[in-house]
Amino acid sequence: MLAKDFIKKVKDKEISVIKNTEKILKEAKNINKEYSYFNFISEEYALKQAQEIEKSIKQNKAQGSLLGLPISVKDCICTQSIPSSSGSKILENYIPPFNATVIQKCLQEGAIIIGKTSQDEFGFGGFSTNSAFEIPKNPFDKTRATGGSSGGSAGFTQATSLPHISIAESTGGSIVNPSSFCGVYGLCPTYGLISRYGLIDYANSLDKIGPMAKNIEDIELMLNTIKGQDPKDSTSLNQELKKSKIKKIAIIKESLGVDKQIKDLILEKLDSLKIKYNLISLPITQRYGIQTYYLIAMSEASTNLAKLAGLTHGSQLHLKGTFNEYFSEVRSKFLGKEAKRRIILGTFARMSGFRNAYYLKAMKVRTLIINEYKKAFKKYDLLVSPTMPILPPKFSEIEKLTPLQNYMMDILTVGPNLAGLPHSNIPAGFINKLPVGILFIADHLCENNLIEIGKKLK
Amino acid sequence: MEINKELIQKIAQNARLNLTEEEIKEFLPQLKEILEAFSTLDKLNTAKTKPSFQPIEIKNIYQDDISEPSLPQDIALSNTKHKKNGFFQGPKAL
Repeated sequence: MLAKDFIKKVKDKEISVIKNTEKILKEAKNINKEYSYFNFISEEYALKQAQEIEKSIKQNKAQGSLLGLPISVKDCICTQSIPSSSGSKILENYIPPFNATVIQKCLQEGAIIIGKTSQDEFGFGGFSTNSAFEIPKNPFDKTRATGGSSGGSAGFTQATSLPHISIAESTGGSIVNPSSFCGVYGLCPTYGLISRYGLIDYANSLDKIGPMAKNIEDIELMLNTIKGQDPKDSTSLNQELKKSKIKKIAIIKESLGVDKQIKDLILEKLDSLKIKYNLISLPITQRYGIQTYYLIAMSEASTNLAKLAGLTHGSQLHLKGTFNEYFSEVRSKFLGKEAKRRIILGTFARMSGFRNAYYLKAMKVRTLIINEYKKAFKKYDLLVSPTMPILPPKFSEIEKLTPLQNYMMDILTVGPNLAGLPHSNIPAGFINKLPVGILFIADHLCENNLIEIGKKLK
Repeated sequence: MEINKELIQKIAQNARLNLTEEEIKEFLPQLKEILEAFSTLDKLNTAKTKPSFQPIEIKNIYQDDISEPSLPQDIALSNTKHKKNGFFQGPKAL
């Protein structure tokens, strides 16, 4: 059932919000035992919300575009009075005293928060295996990964039998990657379209919040609910989305070097659209995207994580020694291995003597990458590629990858993230009973093209 | 550029991390491999290219100079056990 149909039934009193909330909480708890999609299930909070909404419905006072709809929220997004750990031990049991702007908007529209979804620590990963807590498992095969970093959001979106939308987040592909591996829709918006206020940041110039759902209509509903300028986020945009226009599509030539079965499935799906498409080459993005992305992301992450020092919030130790000694002890004890690796690399890239060669160089290459996309969008309305170069891997395969091999898995998703371009994963079909996703990239503020192509491809 | 144990220790000190011998041993070859791959950016000529610190042009937002209610002191202190007389308590400065 589409979210909008569910909400209509709620408003018409055909569905009890309390009963539905109890049902999805029960389902979430059962699924979580085997698949670990939640770091925290907010049962008490959700039931209280449901009771209040049901009461207002009975009094004919209920309003809201998400009335009674269960939503799950990635753990890195602050939810007032619900733990928000960002998948890290250093923020275990952190209870934010405020809501992120996206959460405030969802609550105002009557959404019910059922829990915080599992993820890689601070978003540092592409398989959700870098979590300090339980690792989410792929809904189609428990021996395989959900993708990351929004793995819990994608896994539960696929696994639940009830209407539901997840609020996820992407820095270098963390919405579309797990959406592809779990066979759901995911949309990462134009940088700045959705407020980042209240997001536990990874890399400020790359982070975006966006929806995941089982169908494109739910994506559209959530996007329209949470977008818009926010005085609390100085990087949020005061611009409207452009009207949909899809006349010309191009496949990114370099992306077709993936697994042949994946390539064939993507081309077959595109042929079904009956829209002519061309090939386009994006050589700078494909050859230098990974390096550029990781240098920028790690540099920004290394400064963002400096605030986590066991003082005002998060995990703490007995106060002893000097400031530096105490902070170093807390950070060394509670930060995970990948977080430490990225902090070291990011600190190095910004250090005097290396800054121009790494950090500043990456920022300049980013300009070349943005220009490459902008040139492409003068001719085409959408660019297409597979979302991921491989099928969801087994955990045993991931264990064998070096950190660099891990980073290379983001080859198809870092480009639009570096350029702040909206992009979406649309389920394309299955190979060996495992989902494959197709990635569409649009020009800035052209999210409506992504919605339209999603509807055409249903 | 040679990444070695001394440099990693210096970086870790700047980043306020105490790395164990095992962590340094594990990270050293990994960082070498990663930085070697990142260094391929040198092949691109960016002499006349301006850096993009944001992916999209962003205009500054100025807020009206109006005071608004802030977090109550007890709520602001609710996530720490290190507090005294309504203030955060930290380790020794000296």
